[in-house]
Amino acid sequence: MRIEEHPILEFRKERKKINFRFNDRPVYGFEGDTIASALHALGIKKISHSINLHRPRGFYCAIGNCSSCQMIVDGVANVKTCITLLKEGMNVKVQTNKGELYDK
Amino acid sequence: MISKDLVIIGGGPSGLCAAKMAAEAGVDSIIIDRNPKLGGQLIKQTHMFFGSEKQFAKTRGIDIATKIFTDTRVYSDLIEIWEDATVVGLYPDKVITILKQEKYIKIKAKAIIVATGASEKVLAFENNDLPGIYGAGAVQTLMNVYGVKPGNKIVMVGSGNIGLIVSYQLMQAGVKVISVIEASPKIGGYKVHASKLRRFGVDIITSCTIKKAIGTEAVEKIITVKLDEKWEEIPGAEEEIAVDAVCIAVGLTPLTGLLSMIGCKMKYVSELGGLVPITNNHETSVENVFVCGDASGIEEASSAIVEGYLAGLMASKKLGKVHSNYDELIKELKNQLDNLRNGPFGEKILHGLKKLGG
Repeated sequence: MRIEEHPILEFRKERKKINFRFNDRPVYGFEGDTIASALHALGIKKISHSINLHRPRGFYCAIGNCSSCQMIVDGVANVKTCITLLKEGMNVKVQTNKGELYDK
Repeated sequence: MISKDLVIIGGGPSGLCAAKMAAEAGVDSIIIDRNPKLGGQLIKQTHMFFGSEKQFAKTRGIDIATKIFTDTRVYSDLIEIWEDATVVGLYPDKVITILKQEKYIKIKAKAIIVATGASEKVLAFENNDLPGIYGAGAVQTLMNVYGVKPGNKIVMVGSGNIGLIVSYQLMQAGVKVISVIEASPKIGGYKVHASKLRRFGVDIITSCTIKKAIGTEAVEKIITVKLDEKWEEIPGAEEEIAVDAVCIAVGLTPLTGLLSMIGCKMKYVSELGGLVPITNNHETSVENVFVCGDASGIEEASSAIVEGYLAGLMASKKLGKVHSNYDELIKELKNQLDNLRNGPFGEKILHGLKKLGG
């Protein structure tokens, strides 16, 4: 799902690969990706659930407004993955509830 | 608690230009933005802007973002930038609370400029929450900032300028745009954008809306329906279209939650996109709290730039630091704003501002 060629923009082909985990599965994105953009590039659109009916959710706004993309990142719930840059070794999980408090 | 003369919330075109003017007047400021990169929505605008030279016409949005960001770096001793930092509260004693890299920080400001921009509107239809249904801005961000395609076959809902421009950008990214559908009997955006799409074989279907999305984990198909002159669905005029993404471009609404929180008087003005603060020369009903850009009413990026300069000048004056060229700049900028609002979409905005009483 990555753009191969573009008449205006140039996306560097030799970008650094960033390894992370999605639901305990090893996956990867590239330097400069947010968590949500990396997942989308892998074809993973369902990244969240509605709280009561558990309907599948993806992101909607991609700029941190709508809260539709919140996931558990390194144990922290309700992280807006559309504005959180991907980092090596991140552990990203789909959240199905309102989020639980964590110990640091 | 940190003390600061001026805090600017939002580092888009308006906020950046406000900071620049304030710095020229000698005012210290912090720009706070929750995104990893400043420039607001300009960083995904690959198209060239209309308008006059003064607001960077014929320049691509991405290049305008770089230009106005560079402008603020001239004053790096006066303008501090906090990226990846989210303002979570704004209190009447002008205390701003911020979440920055998991730290909770408080700043006490003498003046605040709110330049938070806008959020995308949603459209009510069955299963509108399925993954793969995105706002037009989200699609732009995904493609033009991160280089990722939203899908391979897409239907655009809404034919305003954003819908038309993003449709073209989708094609540039190699995505098949099946059609643009528009509930109104008329295309909303500029004719030049619509003609371009038609030349490339994209159907723009008016009096047509989306009725339902279908899919299990993500959208797989949609049902569209034609509307009659009373905007009622025409029975039997449904069509099923296979898609893997749907783009919703039905307008923007000002992001004014923080203004409501601090107690600014607000009014609902549909022409300006929704709930907006009542202002006098960019100052809200709360003294020393200013607003500019889309947060004060939806317009174009060009107007947000001019409003940012104005708010920066006015906030500095209120702080006792008057720009050496104040009177002349105010006159010139107000003139620019009038000219921008004289364009084809200005009538609606002027009507909205009149309703607001500004």
